[in-house]
Amino acid sequence: MAEPVDAPLQTTPLHAAHIALGARMVPFAGYDMPVQYTEGVLKEHLWTREHAGIFDVSHMGQARLRGVAPLAAFEEVVPGDFIGLKPGRQKYSVLLNRQGGIVDDLMAARPVNSEGTGDDGLFVVVNGACKENDFKVIEAELAGQVTIERLETRALIALQGPEAAAVFQHYAPEAASMVFMDIRLMTAFGVDLIVSRSGYTGEDGYEISVPEEAADDVWNKLLVDHRVKPIGLGARDSLRLEAGLPLYGHDLDETVSPVEADLAFAINKNRREQRDFPGAARIVKELAEGPPRRRVALKVLEGAPAREGAEIADASGKVIGVVTSGGFSPVLKCGIAIGFVSGVNPEVGALLKVIVRGKPQAADVVKAPFVPHRYVRTA
Amino acid sequence: MRFTKDHEWVEVDGDVATVGITAYAAEQLGDVVFVETPDVGKTVKAGDGFAVVESVKAASDVYAPVSGEVVEANAALGDAPETVNAAPEAAGWFAKVKLANPAEVDALMDRHAYEEFLQTL
Repeated sequence: MAEPVDAPLQTTPLHAAHIALGARMVPFAGYDMPVQYTEGVLKEHLWTREHAGIFDVSHMGQARLRGVAPLAAFEEVVPGDFIGLKPGRQKYSVLLNRQGGIVDDLMAARPVNSEGTGDDGLFVVVNGACKENDFKVIEAELAGQVTIERLETRALIALQGPEAAAVFQHYAPEAASMVFMDIRLMTAFGVDLIVSRSGYTGEDGYEISVPEEAADDVWNKLLVDHRVKPIGLGARDSLRLEAGLPLYGHDLDETVSPVEADLAFAINKNRREQRDFPGAARIVKELAEGPPRRRVALKVLEGAPAREGAEIADASGKVIGVVTSGGFSPVLKCGIAIGFVSGVNPEVGALLKVIVRGKPQAADVVKAPFVPHRYVRTA
Repeated sequence: MRFTKDHEWVEVDGDVATVGITAYAAEQLGDVVFVETPDVGKTVKAGDGFAVVESVKAASDVYAPVSGEVVEANAALGDAPETVNAAPEAAGWFAKVKLANPAEVDALMDRHAYEEFLQTL
């Protein structure tokens, strides 16, 4: 799914804005993207936890799925209850292959305006590095049932942090009545927006889909607020790790099931009973008997941060798994990691080891998230 | 002070070399959150992996610029790894090495040559 390394890098509508801000640019998901701005990952991370950070996530894939019954059709490729998805709501899900492995994780939603109208199929947002394959899979599996309109002329901006809501609501007052995972069509900044109250940092905030010609204006208006700083992919990754959220291509891949990945919440009760999603036999069995491996969250109690590829051992030193993403937590000031362990189901508090450059270091199994989520669930 | 193309510096006092990473390297790494210094008593060869410096994002190897025996490691970096960013070419030193072959130092770049080298990057 990764694009060939020699493919020319694409740019987002905010590319020039990043350069002007002094960003350090790196290739990511086939795009030339800001990994950090002038203050660096640590300060950007902490600023987002304390104030508000603005992120360009325009590399992600936005699309509309339309058809006679797009919600019912979509259920053929995901394990969530989408027929029951109400207008104005968004849901996290996973695109599954026929073996029940995860092709990608995604958001799918029914944005409507404040009068409850404007419902138009299913609005989906998928990972940038996976988007070409995702839409190919959906097109193949749902041929004749849905048409896919890629929204390639829209940028996507995330505004995240405890002060994000106040900043955004200054320009878009109607966003104040939204709660976590609400999604709205609205006019603000003089253009049509698709706004969800969600994100991937564990903080309150919004993800804002903007017509590309207005991206600079929206970005600059939000950034001029003294509570807002630009945040690169480096801090986006450390923020999502602290929030205990898995990252596709690292913690999730085509071999991992949603049960193994601790994403069983995305398999709704009616779907478990109907067993009518790809890989249902495997997934229902794993729900009943426990999966052969499972995702765990580890707090590293000593030494260096454990990063992707570090082995996980039990107290006796026997290797039972591997870290799939890990790093330093700027909030907890220690190493934190997400990994998979096989053949065991360690309880919260269990003492394991992570092996970093040959040295076993103590690590505790903890309950994710590492840093509490601060989603706004009541208006 | 002498420099390598891998952005380590060496300052010699008698037969002991103090080793660290350059201001350029520290700036490129960003905020240092952890430093693994070599064990005292370890014998290192020039070019060997010698220490590891970690930012939020990644771990990077630091190579021994000279051969010899590690006689001291900067214990202060354990509690204050950010010293590497604050004073990379002074208090942020990594270790002291008793030189096995002092001629190795002469082969390294002086500051002028290192600064010219940085211009080529």
